[in-house]
Amino acid sequence: MGSGTSTQHHFAFQNAEKAFKAAALIQRWYRRYTARLEMRRHCTWRIFQSIEYAGQQDQVKLHDFFSYLVDHFTPSSNHERDFLDRMFTEDRFPQDSEMEKFGDYESIEVPDNYTGPRLSFPLLPDHATALVEAFRLKQQLHARYVLNLLHETRKHLIQLPNINRVSTCYSEEITVCGDLHGQLDDLIFIFHKNGLPSPERAYVFNGDFVDRGKDSVEILMVLFAFMLVYPKEFHLNRGNHEDHLVNLRYGFTKEVMHKYKTHGKKILKILKDVFCWLPLATLVDEKVLILHGGVSDMTDLELLAKLDRHKIVSTMRHKTRKENGKQVKKEEANQKSSAGRPTPWFLPQSRSLPASPLRLGSLQAHRAGRSSSIPCGAPRDAKELARQVRRSVDLELDRCRQQAGFPVSWGKEEASPCTPEADSGAEEPLEPTQEEWRQVLTIFSASNYYEVGSNRGAYVKLGPALTPYIVQYQANKVTHMLTMRQRISRVEESALRALREKLFAHSSDLLGEFKKHDADKTGLITFSDWAEAVESVLHLGLPWRMLRPQLVNSPTDNTLEYKSWLEDLAKEQLNRENIQSSLLETLYRNRSNLETIFRIIDSDHSGFISLDEFRHTWKLFSSHMNINIRDDCICDLARSIDFNKDGHIDINEFLEAFRLVEQSCSEGNASDCPQTTNTNDNGCSKPGTH
Amino acid sequence: MADDKEREGPDITVAEFHKKIKDAFEVFDHEANNTVDVEEEEPTGYIRFEKFLPVMTEVLLERRYRPIPEDILLRAFEVLDPSKRGFLLKEELIKYMTEEGEPFSQEEMEEMLSAAIDPESNSVHYKDYIAMMVIDES
Repeated sequence: MGSGTSTQHHFAFQNAEKAFKAAALIQRWYRRYTARLEMRRHCTWRIFQSIEYAGQQDQVKLHDFFSYLVDHFTPSSNHERDFLDRMFTEDRFPQDSEMEKFGDYESIEVPDNYTGPRLSFPLLPDHATALVEAFRLKQQLHARYVLNLLHETRKHLIQLPNINRVSTCYSEEITVCGDLHGQLDDLIFIFHKNGLPSPERAYVFNGDFVDRGKDSVEILMVLFAFMLVYPKEFHLNRGNHEDHLVNLRYGFTKEVMHKYKTHGKKILKILKDVFCWLPLATLVDEKVLILHGGVSDMTDLELLAKLDRHKIVSTMRHKTRKENGKQVKKEEANQKSSAGRPTPWFLPQSRSLPASPLRLGSLQAHRAGRSSSIPCGAPRDAKELARQVRRSVDLELDRCRQQAGFPVSWGKEEASPCTPEADSGAEEPLEPTQEEWRQVLTIFSASNYYEVGSNRGAYVKLGPALTPYIVQYQANKVTHMLTMRQRISRVEESALRALREKLFAHSSDLLGEFKKHDADKTGLITFSDWAEAVESVLHLGLPWRMLRPQLVNSPTDNTLEYKSWLEDLAKEQLNRENIQSSLLETLYRNRSNLETIFRIIDSDHSGFISLDEFRHTWKLFSSHMNINIRDDCICDLARSIDFNKDGHIDINEFLEAFRLVEQSCSEGNASDCPQTTNTNDNGCSKPGTH
Repeated sequence: MADDKEREGPDITVAEFHKKIKDAFEVFDHEANNTVDVEEEEPTGYIRFEKFLPVMTEVLLERRYRPIPEDILLRAFEVLDPSKRGFLLKEELIKYMTEEGEPFSQEEMEEMLSAAIDPESNSVHYKDYIAMMVIDES
């Protein structure tokens, strides 16, 4: 215990203390970093959700536009009359004899050198399995077999009721899958991980099989094949994307025409009918309801069971010009939204919560996951997931069953019934408890939906006593190789790109708002003002203060020069200087709807419309939307888009002209490309290559 | 940034903070019911905005959890590397992070290693690592 030793001890102690402190500092720094990363992840998710939601609201505008054309618009010339008739010729219900013609596959010859899968009917389980394998090997099914399969599918579907009642006494378990949106990899993954369908393994696919992804055709083939092979165990519900008009907008029509150049039209025609015959819901053991689009306090199973589902051709248009007077069936099918407007029951719009007076603002309701066609955020650990899980509809179902006169039964997991009717003691309206929140489950099965690495998909298995067991996955090898940081960066870039485009599309309105915050005309506003202004124009409900550093590059600490910021935004988006920028903005804002209308006009799916048609479309649409555009501007625009001056506009030309095709394939691998409505085939399109 | 705000007066600061806190809170509020999930001792497993706001405002006003400057971070790593090699071995990093300070969970450790470790030398060259992370932040 000499002085030397105590000094040693002293140093040792100091060193240990320093090490401890150093480690603590590093940990603190690292945790802060991961917290910010997590924040970015959530923000990115929010961006995608908001934009997707805004896109849906956009679709409602289209719906309104068609209603307007039907109800109020009087064509002022023969020309306009003809034009309108062309827009609405799709509405005739095909006669059975016509259906026979479209389903005619026997005359189609399969060439000898065809090496793809072959089908013969009646279909056997081996055929269905072989089909999955063939698609996994990237083979394509010949049009003859496609039509044959669709023909048989239609015959089968016609016999089914609107609500498929399923019992689990034969199969031991039933697996429910949500939206696939053309992502075949996810379907193959599910079959691989969970097992192929069989009499012991029942499946329910809850709609939205097509659109957005690149293999919608193949998914349909597989699903229909298994449905024919195992009719008692394999069930499909119709989703809002099983709709030929929606398909025009979101890519399925394009996919079919690209893969089947000769017979694509026939396939689309019979598909349109097949979609109308898909059942609307599946009911398992009278206890669990599976329904695309979720439920609300207006869901009425009795009504659902009775309506003529075949008459609901599309949710985007629910009237025809000719049948203006007699649309009784369709009106019955529509439910009133809280705004009092009739809305098709399976459009994923905001609704009030079940058994509750709580009315969320529509974007909030959207976030709360009322619709099963919007991906729910994929948390990384099971505990967090458990909190986000809401189980399928028992509470609401019981209300419906009470109405319909069925006996009410309660499983052990359920909270005590507390609907206002059942509980005679209750006087105040009830807020849904945490338990009740757990009664509804939103399932989404398309992983990497927005972008590689954006989210996982999930499916739920209902075992004995129908207890749910959730499985999550991400079907892309690339994801696993990236670190969390890289994954988030990629998705974030994608989200920010989309957001910048949206900002650009509202440049004029933004300028107006900014000016309001700049009374002294300094040309500067604070970041706080910026955030407020942006939200008041875009209404996306995003955390703008969080996002600001990534959207605004400002040398000063707290203010920005808004005019130059807007100019920078424009430079990013524009590649055609000769087009007036405010017109461009307007087009950007409405491009999804415009594209859809174009594709409707282009009834033979040639990819072209005439200059005249373009002008008429734009004129009609802009007058309806109260957009102030002069005629000569439209003419100029049309002419400038017509690259080869032949009096026709290639639809893709139009989109490319305003840089609306995403250039997301620069990173190489085509299979990694996010699929949007604008990608041409599987990759990018360049002007002049058509 | 906060300095400017403080000169304007404490009320404005608090109001700004409130807006920021609300923004951040809502990002994690998935069910839009003013509630976020936490893994704290809270028996319910979630925390409500009304409770969160005053606590967070305090934190921001007192300027806790400020970002750590690069040079201080570098010195911290150098304390753990007394022989000044310029790197830490994987085992050393693991030992320090999981046994000292406020220990990492296994998940945290794995996540840090995935980005920090150079697979060829099985070590972390901390100067480069810090530089990489800092770029990411901005």
